[in-house]
Amino acid sequence: MNKLKAAFLGKNKNRSICVGVVLLAYIIIEVLMYTGSLKSLFINLLVPVTSYIIVALALNLVVGVSGELSLGHAGFMSIGAFTGVIVANVTATFIPNDVLRLIVAIIIGAIVAAIFGFLISIPVLKLQGDYLAIVTLAFGQIIKSLINNTFLGYDASGFHFSFITNKVQLASGGKMLINGPIGATATDRISTFTMAVVVLVLTLLIIFNFMNSKYGRSVMATRDDRIAAQSVGINIVKTKTIAFVLSAGIAGAAGVLYGLNFSTLVPAKFDFNQSILILVYVVLGGLGNMLGTIISTAILVLLPELLRFLADYRMLIYAIVLIIIMIVTNNPTINNIIKKVFKKNRTEGDHNDV
Amino acid sequence: MDFLSYLITGLGLGSVYAIIALGYTMVYGIAKMLNFAHGDVIMVGAYAAFFMVGKFNMPAIVAILVSVLVCTLLGVLIERLAYKPLREASSLSVLITAIGVSYFLQNGAQILWGTDTKIFPTLIDFGNISLFNGALQISVLTLVTILVCVVIMIVLTAFINKTKTGKAMRACSEDKATSQLMGINVNTTISVTFAIGSGLAAIASVLLCSTYPAVNPTLGSMPGIKAFTAAVFGGIGSIPGAFVGGLLLGILETLAKAYISSQMSDAIVFLVLIIVLLIRPTGLLGKKISEKV
Repeated sequence: MNKLKAAFLGKNKNRSICVGVVLLAYIIIEVLMYTGSLKSLFINLLVPVTSYIIVALALNLVVGVSGELSLGHAGFMSIGAFTGVIVANVTATFIPNDVLRLIVAIIIGAIVAAIFGFLISIPVLKLQGDYLAIVTLAFGQIIKSLINNTFLGYDASGFHFSFITNKVQLASGGKMLINGPIGATATDRISTFTMAVVVLVLTLLIIFNFMNSKYGRSVMATRDDRIAAQSVGINIVKTKTIAFVLSAGIAGAAGVLYGLNFSTLVPAKFDFNQSILILVYVVLGGLGNMLGTIISTAILVLLPELLRFLADYRMLIYAIVLIIIMIVTNNPTINNIIKKVFKKNRTEGDHNDV
Repeated sequence: MDFLSYLITGLGLGSVYAIIALGYTMVYGIAKMLNFAHGDVIMVGAYAAFFMVGKFNMPAIVAILVSVLVCTLLGVLIERLAYKPLREASSLSVLITAIGVSYFLQNGAQILWGTDTKIFPTLIDFGNISLFNGALQISVLTLVTILVCVVIMIVLTAFINKTKTGKAMRACSEDKATSQLMGINVNTTISVTFAIGSGLAAIASVLLCSTYPAVNPTLGSMPGIKAFTAAVFGGIGSIPGAFVGGLLLGILETLAKAYISSQMSDAIVFLVLIIVLLIRPTGLLGKKISEKV
């Protein structure tokens, strides 16, 4: 009983630490902004960084907790972003309040992305390993191509839509919402850092509660041993679908925040490289480790900006840093040293790290 | 007649995909890793051939040989420096390292050779042949591409099945630990696999750039993704699979471009891939692995 209690406290402790770190960072940043000691470059990065943290957490739910490799999460972000842009534009007339409009956009964006997540999970979760990864890759490419060829306008008489070639004729006062490869232009920038942090905290609560729920435990059991999980009556496809759809929805919400933070947004932004970048954040942060994901995403999104003084060499250095981190963290000698140093500080709660 | 011409173009493109896919599939078979940097090795090969012909006025055959040499060395070097320390690491760590290598090559190329697109010179002018009183024009280059692919396929299959090194490669892909006990040098075998895959990438790069004569630092990424798809399509780890997958993908892409929509061809190719994987979850020629409890 005591052990059980400790285990539960341990989980809750992880959740509290994550939320605490996020809120602390938020307060520090707000204070710094208030005193005017933050560079505008950094302020402009706040919402994108938070969006990436949210989508990385969502991906960690699939890769870390559920143990399936997804190479198409930028696709869900893209769906969320463009849905968000559409919703924000259409509701502009009857929801004058920006915050309320943003909330509506986030909710609808998350739902639409979750629906796509469900559709793709039907073929995806029947497959295993690298085949699953390639289907998510294919999905990301398909979404990019689809949005790249979509022309959607909106005027007083409703939506006007055409595909591949732009045949949209708009009445005066109408607006192109998605303009093919040019994407969304002249979007109201209604995303705020505060709202991004709210969504981030909600995401953390959802993910930690999911991991503690019956389904979360089933998913982790399946990840650790598929056959054993199946033999105790866990419905593998169902539990994995729930995790995948949840992850897609969260990625969609992150996409809305991201999309409504820029006045222009091109569909090519959410390509294969973007999916891979998000995966890099997750792997460097640690599979299943949410706090690690938050920290690694923040550092890696900011790193190219911090390396700006290196000019042309910054992405080269970024690549070298990536390779070195991977080699160093997988070196048995170095791992042993790290383990020895941290052994003393290990507590009960750490064993619950997934 | 149009259809026949599209089919031949598709076979030509498919042959290039197949040659690149061989690199993916061989490395996957033996090292169980997705070598995302493979596409960028192609890019380096293209630059090597470009400079040999464009700057140093070398004959075509020298350019091709230098390109193969550069890529082979690069492949072995990448394996030794970046992947070898991670032999025991999780497959995701290796994947991220491969992505790091890919970024490194792309950005290195940008710094060294600039981001502008260079026009790849014509190495050998093959011209066209005309059939059915000029109703069907076929580029000889396309035929050469297909021929090269078939020759590579035959030689490689013979190499894998008949030679000692080929046997060692097959043994390593089955079971590394046991192969080592049998006296096979696993590290050398893996290096040889990378060398062959990268050398093939160089040949693919020359063929690709002869057909689409534009050289830039991101040249390899899209053919890389497509070839990777082709490898999965045919069943990753299987050499005939890469061949079949590559050819089918090339034909599919060309026909989709010609008859449906050029903008949507990628989406169509990937949609077909998803459907194929739904019907045959391990690809067209992939082995079914039964789970042991």
